[in-house]
Amino acid sequence: MIVQIEVNNKIIKARKGETIMSALSSAGIMIPSICSMKDFTPTGACRMCVVEVEGRQGLVPSCSQPVSEWMNIKTHSPRVVKSRKTIVELLLSNHPDDCLYCERNGNCELQILAEELNVRERRIMGKKNKYKLDHSSPSIVRDPAKCILCGRCVRVCEEKLSVFAIDFVNRGNRTLIGTAFNKDLNFSSCINCGQCIMVCPTGALFEKDSLPEIEDALNNPEKTVIVQYAPSVGVSLAEEFGIRQGKDISGLINAALRKIGFDRIFDTAFAADIAVVEMANELLSLKGNKDRRPLISGSCPAWVKFAEQWYPDLLPAMSSCKSPQQILGAILKSRYPGVSGIDAATVYSVAVAPCTAKKFEAQREEMTKKGLSDIDAVITTRELAKLIKLYGIDMNQIEPEAADEPYGIRSSAGKLFGASGGMAEGIIRSLPYAAGAKEPSRIKYQELRGGRGRKEAEIRIGKTTYRFAVINGMSDAVNLIEEIQAGKCEYDFIEIMACAGGCVNGGGQPIGTGDNAVRTRVKALYGIDEKETIRCAHKNPEIKELYDNYLGSPMSEKCKSLLHTSYSERKVLL
Amino acid sequence: MDDQTSVILSRYPRGHRDCLIPILQDIQQEYGYLSESSVTEISRYLGLPSSKIFGLATFYNQFRFEPRGRFHIRICHGTSCHVSSASEIIKELGKKLRIAPGEISRDGMFSLELVACMGACHLAPLMQVNDNYHTKLDSGSINDIIDSYIEGED
Amino acid sequence: MSLKTHIPVEKEYLVNNVLLNESADLPADVDKLLKLVCREKVKYPVIFIGTGSCGLISGAGETLFEINKYLSDRNLKADVVETGCAGYCSMEPVVGVQLPGKTRVSFKNITSEKLAFILDGMFNSIIPEEHVLGQYKSPSLELWKDVPIISELSFFSMQYRNLMKNWGRISPFSIEEYIATGGYRSYLKTISNYTHEEVCDIVEKSGLQGRGGGGFLTGKKWKVAHTVMADQRYLVCNADESDPGGFANRAMIESDPHRLLEGVIIAAYAIGTSKAYIYIRNDYRNAIERLEKAVDSARDYGLLGHDVYGSGFNIDVIIRKGPGAFVCGEETAMISSIEGKRGMPRPKPPYPAVSGLFGKPTVVNNVETLSNIPAIFENGPDWFMSLGNETSPGTKMLVLSGRLNNQGIIEVPLGTRVKDIIFGAGGGIPGKKRFRAVQVGGPSGGFLTGDNIDIPYDFDSLASEGVYMGSGGMVVLDQDCCIIDTVKYFMDFIQKESCGKCIPCREGTRRMLEVYENITKRPLDENGHTTLERFKGVMQLESLASVIKDTSLCGLGQKAPNSVISSLKYFRSEYEEHIFDRKCSAGVCKELRLFYIDVEKCTGCTACAPKCPESAIIGTKHHPFFIVEEKCTGCGICYDVCKFSAVLVK
Repeated sequence: MIVQIEVNNKIIKARKGETIMSALSSAGIMIPSICSMKDFTPTGACRMCVVEVEGRQGLVPSCSQPVSEWMNIKTHSPRVVKSRKTIVELLLSNHPDDCLYCERNGNCELQILAEELNVRERRIMGKKNKYKLDHSSPSIVRDPAKCILCGRCVRVCEEKLSVFAIDFVNRGNRTLIGTAFNKDLNFSSCINCGQCIMVCPTGALFEKDSLPEIEDALNNPEKTVIVQYAPSVGVSLAEEFGIRQGKDISGLINAALRKIGFDRIFDTAFAADIAVVEMANELLSLKGNKDRRPLISGSCPAWVKFAEQWYPDLLPAMSSCKSPQQILGAILKSRYPGVSGIDAATVYSVAVAPCTAKKFEAQREEMTKKGLSDIDAVITTRELAKLIKLYGIDMNQIEPEAADEPYGIRSSAGKLFGASGGMAEGIIRSLPYAAGAKEPSRIKYQELRGGRGRKEAEIRIGKTTYRFAVINGMSDAVNLIEEIQAGKCEYDFIEIMACAGGCVNGGGQPIGTGDNAVRTRVKALYGIDEKETIRCAHKNPEIKELYDNYLGSPMSEKCKSLLHTSYSERKVLL
Repeated sequence: MDDQTSVILSRYPRGHRDCLIPILQDIQQEYGYLSESSVTEISRYLGLPSSKIFGLATFYNQFRFEPRGRFHIRICHGTSCHVSSASEIIKELGKKLRIAPGEISRDGMFSLELVACMGACHLAPLMQVNDNYHTKLDSGSINDIIDSYIEGED
Repeated sequence: MSLKTHIPVEKEYLVNNVLLNESADLPADVDKLLKLVCREKVKYPVIFIGTGSCGLISGAGETLFEINKYLSDRNLKADVVETGCAGYCSMEPVVGVQLPGKTRVSFKNITSEKLAFILDGMFNSIIPEEHVLGQYKSPSLELWKDVPIISELSFFSMQYRNLMKNWGRISPFSIEEYIATGGYRSYLKTISNYTHEEVCDIVEKSGLQGRGGGGFLTGKKWKVAHTVMADQRYLVCNADESDPGGFANRAMIESDPHRLLEGVIIAAYAIGTSKAYIYIRNDYRNAIERLEKAVDSARDYGLLGHDVYGSGFNIDVIIRKGPGAFVCGEETAMISSIEGKRGMPRPKPPYPAVSGLFGKPTVVNNVETLSNIPAIFENGPDWFMSLGNETSPGTKMLVLSGRLNNQGIIEVPLGTRVKDIIFGAGGGIPGKKRFRAVQVGGPSGGFLTGDNIDIPYDFDSLASEGVYMGSGGMVVLDQDCCIIDTVKYFMDFIQKESCGKCIPCREGTRRMLEVYENITKRPLDENGHTTLERFKGVMQLESLASVIKDTSLCGLGQKAPNSVISSLKYFRSEYEEHIFDRKCSAGVCKELRLFYIDVEKCTGCTACAPKCPESAIIGTKHHPFFIVEEKCTGCGICYDVCKFSAVLVK
């Protein structure tokens, strides 16, 4: 039903039951807010969105108040603007004065609000809360001093991830966001996904900085610095440089990385092809083994930690295949030196990931061989952008280049790993070949694409049907796990990604580039797939070469020692 | 699992979050404070993450995460007590015991708690030490009272 | 401590002849028995002792022990009855003695050592006059000579005791006594004769407004919750009274818990729920004990439970102990707390009456509101309407404290003039001091002073003065109290109790507190403490206050600036004195005091100099000493130790 409301002396139409804020936004009136989040119920905490409603004593939060017929609203009256401004000033009175040094300088919602509301004078002064930085996590740094207690991180962690690592602690102006017993994040149930960073309006949460060590390596002439970047980085980095959203700029990334001084540059999608082949064969080897059904992907390090903490009984079902990043890392330190004539001891291996949990994954004990870790440093898409800027590279002027050889070829199936469902789709494409049938009958699996929480597909090979499920976001995993535990699960393979949408929406991706950004990133990945001639992992000639000359057959002993791992229960305060 | 904890938990249905506060109250009644291990037990019993339990417990005045002193002092800071110089008494007490409200003395003898109003305004200012009330305090009497507890323990 | 209360009737008798008897007048023989139950006539001497919290803190526990000892030592036969507080807290411990045939006499401040003297006298029919408070008048009993009638004492004479009618009279532990005074009969009548809607109608017609302070029509609220379609509804009784200076609800529960309980279950019936929660502050150990006992006996009497006396009405009452957060007095916060969450308010709509506890329609009513219900059904809505004034029907319990001769809890019809309360029931200011202001309504309230104390105490009149009724607290301040310091105290309380959810309340209240800290602090260094800075701070107060009031999420925040606003309105000169003169004429803001030594009076005894924590006092023995102003922090130790009154305040 449509009702009429009066806004700033103009009559506009609104849907009955919708909030004032939503009606205003359809009418082109922007109302500032700190705590509200799309798809979440409003908490009414920040009070920035207040408007004046005739007949009401105080100001009314537009985020939670539904419209009613002939409501008379003033959105920018002096009283409203003064209130909003005072609220921002109050926040600033308890905020560190170090914008210039802040991670989020130039991309901070509080800074923008202060600017928009024309805060030009420090009117309100007082004591500020003192906190220490929490550096304990390999992925995420917390700076409670910059926290404005909007609660978005708590809600994402709880409602989208089902992790509950953090909550509000204490009361009143002593409130802070903390873990159970205020322990450091590393001792908590945090799965390092970084979604909290994505929603943080200020610099209270950011990734652990790995740039200094990479710079050191780059400056060290003894080191051969090799870099790989994940499939979804190529389609998201453009946003950081004002290039058209959703454009695949892998070629430019290759060029930029080379200019920075990386000695070798690879696309992680190449290793994703290996992962597809390994997992397809792992799946085949398990078919018929009722005890080991389903096979669950272990490529998402956030999901892996989630399982280690809450569902250790599920770990035997986890695919032993490492993630593409770690596979490539392992190959770069084992096979690659021999091929390219580099001394293995000098290799410094960097990965660019759309993800903060990848920093954690690289540090796992299981991911080292003879004391050498597969990957030495992981940076996020955001950090890569910083690095490019630091080296003064103008992304708009350089010409695209190709990745290094060998390992420079990848199938588009490997590229699909960047989106939720992409891994499953890639495995389905290669499963017939692995099973001895020659060609896949079908390439596109539309049912595995899109934003639903659980997606399903199946493929028939000979007389056997393989059922695939894709879990798109951690909170949807919990139901499925309960089904598995109850013995009600009929799937053969399950892909689980902690972040909704997959790696394209990872916690290391550009912040504040808009709702549309994730969609365009996905579109770009599928666009690459459409144009690609090699669309199945097993058809990648370079991995064929690698298997033939080094690894042997998929799931061979060599593969197992290099490309596979195992997980065990992790004790944290749940 | 601690026996007493499981006895307390068994009085409540599993997985019911609305029982959290009563459970915490019982646990604190039993042990004097909430330990990490009891929070973990409760978390498992209710299927509620410990971060949520900690977040809740730190919200309320009642819950504490370290044991009480052998003498737990609750000092009233209601309006009437305030206009009768309770702030001075609180300061004096802090000096004497060398602890701030919410803390416990190093020897574990005294712990101090500020109470909003004990509802005996005609006897302001007042405090409660374990089960004893001390009323119409002044900075002189407060010292004597504390000394008497210290002597009593020797 | 054994209770020797003698109840001459059985449960079955009370149920069949009293509770289930719907006629207005009970048969004479039943009536006679009931009079025995509630001790209008006694066979043995009865000794009453008020063991409410105020009594216990005053030493009633020891007195009770002494009473029992006295009786057993002398092998005397007497009933000992523990009652709640009669409201006159400053007279606690109150001991009453009722001899057969004679009226009951109450004695004031009977600490254990005075007990024997009182009882010695009374058992020999000699009244120990100096300890007498008064006697209770009763038509059938002989009055003591020369003993004042309690209801004629200034503290009581202006009161209208409906809610407090049983306070100090009956034992809160005895459901029989409550039934004997007419209790639970309206409840049973209501559930068998009225529909849910009719009950809501009657309460709406009575004009009863929520006593939590909001003043919303209770009957209307019930109706909303009753009308919303739902498979379950809840009633929540707010007994989480946490305002400093407000403890009327606690006393209500300690003195007459069944009255509240009866109100709770009638309300539960009205909205059509089978589950009622009483959320009571955990600190109220004594009250919780009595409430639990009351619930148990009501269950035993079949007043709670499944299909109460064949009416088809099911009701269970659950007591939840509030773990201590002022903000939980806000209904949505209380609901969160019962659900096992941090007690943080949420935006309304949806209102709890539509979607509250566990997402179901929920009515949250305060103790006093619900305690009013039984009498409304006993005497009818018109009777209730006739109490109080046009805008605010009924009575209100008030807590009198601060600089008053009589302190305690009173019940007056709404609309009674504030001035009459202070100087009538309150007995005025002790020690011939000057009245300065009365702080009404606790932390969310404000000040009344001068001519404004002539206003009627009701919802509208208070609101028009920008003051909020709140918990019914009334703290009287005299010339020795500093307004600025009092406001600072309230701001400190509120900023500590703010839940921290919304920014204006969380950050704003502490900034306001800091302004007060600034202007009551000695400007030892000029940094930030210049007169201009201090003045700017106060200017900022007004602007902050209006934003906090306008934008805060819940009542706590919206009302947080009330005391600031009303003090700025009435006591501007006091602010100016603190800012410009750096002086607190009441001498409360210690850091603003400046001391000097009168050379005429100082003997050079050296008592003060070594005690000075700042070493600000210098001089030679036997010669007048001198205070170095720059060093002095105004602590006042020298003032206290000087035997010659030579230290003076500038």
